[in-house]
Amino acid sequence: MSEALVQRDIPDAPAPGESYLTAGTGLASWLLTTDHKRIALLYMAAITFFFFLGGAGAVAMRIELFTPQADLLSDDAYNRAFTFHGVLMVWFFLLPSIPNILGNFLLPLMIGAQDLAFPRLNLLSWYIFITAGGLAIYTLLAGGVDTGWTFYTPLSTAFANGHVLAAAAAVFIAGFSTIATAVNFIATVHLLRAPGMTWFRLPLFVWAIYATSIVMVLATPVLAMVLLLIFAERAFGIPIFDPLRGGDPILFQHLFWFYSHPAVYIMVLPSFGVISELIACYARRRVFGYSFMVYAILWIALVGFLVWGHHMFVSGQSMLANLAFSFLSFVVAVPSAIKVFNWTATLYRGQIIFDAPMIYALGFVGLFTIGGLTGLFLASIPVDVHVTDTYFVVAHFHYIMVGGAVSALYGGLAFWWPKITGRLYPEGWARFAAVMMFFGFSFTFFPMFVMGFLGMPRRYHVYVPEFQVWHVLASSGAVVLAAAYLLPMGYFAWSLVWGKRATANPWEATGLEWQTASPPPAENFATPPVVTQAPYDYHPEHSGPPAIERAAQRPQGHQP
Amino acid sequence: MPATALRKPWRSLRRQREAAGFGLWVFLGSEVMFFACALTGYAVYRTLWNADFLAAARETNVVYGTLNTAILLTSSLTMAVAAEGARAGLRRLTLACLAATIAFGLAFLVVKGFEYREDIERHLLPGPGFALPAPAAQIFFAFYWLLTGVHALHMTIGLGVTATLLWQAWRRSRPLRSPAFEVAGLYWHFVDIVWIFLYPLLYLAGRA
Repeated sequence: MSEALVQRDIPDAPAPGESYLTAGTGLASWLLTTDHKRIALLYMAAITFFFFLGGAGAVAMRIELFTPQADLLSDDAYNRAFTFHGVLMVWFFLLPSIPNILGNFLLPLMIGAQDLAFPRLNLLSWYIFITAGGLAIYTLLAGGVDTGWTFYTPLSTAFANGHVLAAAAAVFIAGFSTIATAVNFIATVHLLRAPGMTWFRLPLFVWAIYATSIVMVLATPVLAMVLLLIFAERAFGIPIFDPLRGGDPILFQHLFWFYSHPAVYIMVLPSFGVISELIACYARRRVFGYSFMVYAILWIALVGFLVWGHHMFVSGQSMLANLAFSFLSFVVAVPSAIKVFNWTATLYRGQIIFDAPMIYALGFVGLFTIGGLTGLFLASIPVDVHVTDTYFVVAHFHYIMVGGAVSALYGGLAFWWPKITGRLYPEGWARFAAVMMFFGFSFTFFPMFVMGFLGMPRRYHVYVPEFQVWHVLASSGAVVLAAAYLLPMGYFAWSLVWGKRATANPWEATGLEWQTASPPPAENFATPPVVTQAPYDYHPEHSGPPAIERAAQRPQGHQP
Repeated sequence: MPATALRKPWRSLRRQREAAGFGLWVFLGSEVMFFACALTGYAVYRTLWNADFLAAARETNVVYGTLNTAILLTSSLTMAVAAEGARAGLRRLTLACLAATIAFGLAFLVVKGFEYREDIERHLLPGPGFALPAPAAQIFFAFYWLLTGVHALHMTIGLGVTATLLWQAWRRSRPLRSPAFEVAGLYWHFVDIVWIFLYPLLYLAGRA
């Protein structure tokens, strides 16, 4: 980004004892650190743990659904399995994953800051997150919850037998962590940008994290209050949503989805940022229509607050409200489409390199497009009435969240792995895992579109035999998908010991995070950076990228 | 650690001071949405069950409510003076006004406690044996207990923060130039403003 100015020498690796990884040793130096990079790694450890815990719930479900009868799980155990899967994956994996791992690590580096604005608050938010996670695990060990992750009333307040209070408290507490992180990110972007780093020179990843943080700050408290209302009604018998005493359960759904639809954008906006960085780097192109990409992010963040009613088309909402929410849901698809078109246009005349992060990114664009387009099906009332609460919906949101957000997380992890650890991951294995994730995902979730459209309802553990072929396909795909998730854990761990040492900028990417050693020193930059150019300066503005020597292009970037 | 020292991520003291206030303003945006959610629920039910809500609201004790409004508004004055005093470096004024703010805050909670006791004695706690026959009256009182309870919790946190600042200023472990005084004031005023909304909704409704 500031290549013209950065004529100073950037050491590839910091001197011994200077990297943030070696700046202090011992458990206390990690658990009491205020370094955003170390806190990012603390989050990585915790979130990876929750990812596999939530994944275990999915494994149980996919095994159960292999046959039409109940074999592995009782109906009650199945309810608890999908609730646990949903609660953990939404609040303890998807929401915090990219913001708290990659965002925490990269945000200060990308804007040329030494740390986040409130380093101690950052550490505190990790501890709050761990407390909430501990409570979530307690909920599991105590027997789980059977309400579904949506906690609909009156089921959750009057009828459910599970540990609704503990689960609601876990999510409530996790919200404090989210808000603290978001306040920190917003203050950092506003107040800690390096000299010359104007708003429209921010990398799109920073814009995405910034917009996500605004949504977090404004939406999460609504969830907190809704959970408090549920908690009060269930624990103390105070009527809020109880229809027997004049309460309105639909009001709960309005308030819940007022949070939970923006939460979808909390999960997917950060991936937009990651994908923009990856595609620009591996196509060696400036991002096509940078300013439109920024406005699209902000537009999604805003309109995302206005579409919650499309979750309630069959809940007894008025037809006028249905029409308005349907229209607004089509409107929110426009900026998403702008982003997809702009990523595609960025590829045009690019010098595309099919390294693993790029494979993840291209997979993201394809899967996100399918997920987004089926979202339009669901925004259209007649279709939605037909497929409400079927596997069509399950497939749709997994395409956005798993095909989209998880692909972006894995792609981003691979891309920034050399910066985070100072080691290169094995490129061949990574490409294999990236391709396998795409196919595993498609095998798992595409059959769900078909069976959902044919009428297979969600949240059932037994089904009529004609759906078995689709369920067997999905369960088999899930095996491939699970392998694609586990494989990177193996080769990332392998690379920590045997991986080649990374240079400061192994991918020849733009961006301030590459203008410092790998791994960065504790204070991030030896000399405070100054920015003089727009981002993504991969080639002169009015000509295409210079042709790259194909023979010279080896995996692992350009190693000396 | 003296608050005037330049801490790690900051390049200038001015920015560092600015950040504290900015961060709290963003957090208050979050708080606004938190209360807005409950107030939306209140608005929906008041529209649905207008007569029941107004009848139920007449059962709250408007004397305690009005007294508490006066106490809280006065505490905002002393808090504002404390923040300005700290900015101007007037130590005795700051200490006195922080102490007065804490006294007013405690007085608010004491009055609230008397009011709660009276409410319980009059069976205004939703559930079996509730005093009013209309079903929606229970919903009104559900919001009454929830909103005033959450507000009192915010008051308690504010009191804790203010007491900590008073202690630190007294011990001179926090310089008066620290942005913490202004930030604590912002939070205190926010909690007061919430009450400005709760007072008419819970006490004045049905009494016009």
